Amino acid sequence: MTTETNEKVQKVVFDALESFGVESAGISLEASLESLDIDSLDMAELSQIADEEFGVALKSDDVKSIKTVGDAIDLIAGRI
Amino acid sequence: MRPERAVILVTGGSRGIGAATAQALAADGWAVALTYRTNSDAAAQVVSLIEAEGGAAAALMLDVTDPDSADAVLEQASKALDGPVLGLINNAGVRADDLAVSLDDDAWDSVLETNLTGAFRLTRSALRGMIRARYGRVVNIASVVGPRANAGQANYAAAKAGLIGFTKTAAVEVARRGVTINAVAPGFVRTDMTDGVLDDAVLAAIPARRAGEPQEVAACVSFLASDAAAYVTGSTLFVDGGMSA
Ligand SMILES: NC(=O)c1ccc[n+]([C@@H]2O[C@H](COP(=O)([O-])OP(=O)(O)OC[C@H]3O[C@@H](n4cnc5c(N)ncnc54)[C@H](OP(=O)(O)O)[C@@H]3O)[C@@H](O)[C@H]2O)c1
Repeated sequence: MTTETNEKVQKVVFDALESFGVESAGISLEASLESLDIDSLDMAELSQIADEEFGVALKSDDVKSIKTVGDAIDLIAGRI
Repeated sequence: MRPERAVILVTGGSRGIGAATAQALAADGWAVALTYRTNSDAAAQVVSLIEAEGGAAAALMLDVTDPDSADAVLEQASKALDGPVLGLINNAGVRADDLAVSLDDDAWDSVLETNLTGAFRLTRSALRGMIRARYGRVVNIASVVGPRANAGQANYAAAKAGLIGFTKTAAVEVARRGVTINAVAPGFVRTDMTDGVLDDAVLAAIPARRAGEPQEVAACVSFLASDAAAYVTGSTLFVDGGMSA
């Protein structure tokens, strides 16, 4: 996984979180999804975005293992 | 506000309630993709009527019992009318009546597959684009049968009651994305489906003392699909001449 890929995924994930209504100031790699009020519908949409943008399919078990914003980015970038 | 060029898919739009609904929605400014299963001539005629009024429409073949058809038909609709599919009317329906005591598995399965599973699969596929667009309208054509009993239609009642249950739960899941999901529950409406059913005894049991017309159902769908109904979701609108009151 290259830094470039990671940066691309990070941008897509950050943009997605903002589109879910999260304040951009609160978004960081360490922030937990729970603290950002990200719920199951948001995660379903994020999975869809990962599929559209990178062809990465996230299953519900994958989604359950994601705790922080960084986890989501690592998981998606690791599958590209 | 409904985005420009929004497309709405009306299943079973070749005849009856679906055809009237397709025409009403086109008059409201939606680009309408209407589907038929076998009746391509009837579907083409509905398209011509819409185009003659200045509307945009396309006819597509769809069997809602084909599990692989949902994504494909949504893509075809979007291509044919050059816009995102942000509306879905699950209208395709069949009945295969018998008493529960003698209802065979085929009659059970075909009615559940068409009226309930078909609507679920299309809704699942269509919601993806609607959620991303932060706009969507889904209207499921249920029936007074389901909320109410009707001897001889246990399969149909199960499917339509199931459709109302599905409507409510799916609606609350996506409400905050600007997507509404509602049901319309017609009583007896004059279409091929009720051919030979609307005798004097049936009409006498309806408070309005008459059958409904497809256009009267279409008007309710048109409202639920409109911007004016943005705050209505998870509900069932009965259009039944008072039968369920
Ligand atoms: N009429 C009533 O009194 C009444 C009352 C309550 C609820 N409803 C509901 O309203 C809806 C429309 O009924 P209607 O009276 O207008 O019926 P209709 O005149 O019999 O028309 C049924 C429509 O569904 C289509 N269809 C049937 N099976 C299909 C399948 N497997 N895949 C795709 N399309 C399929 C037909 O296509 P083809 O033309 O190609 O065959 C037709 O366009 C149904 O869901 C029905 O249950 C009707």
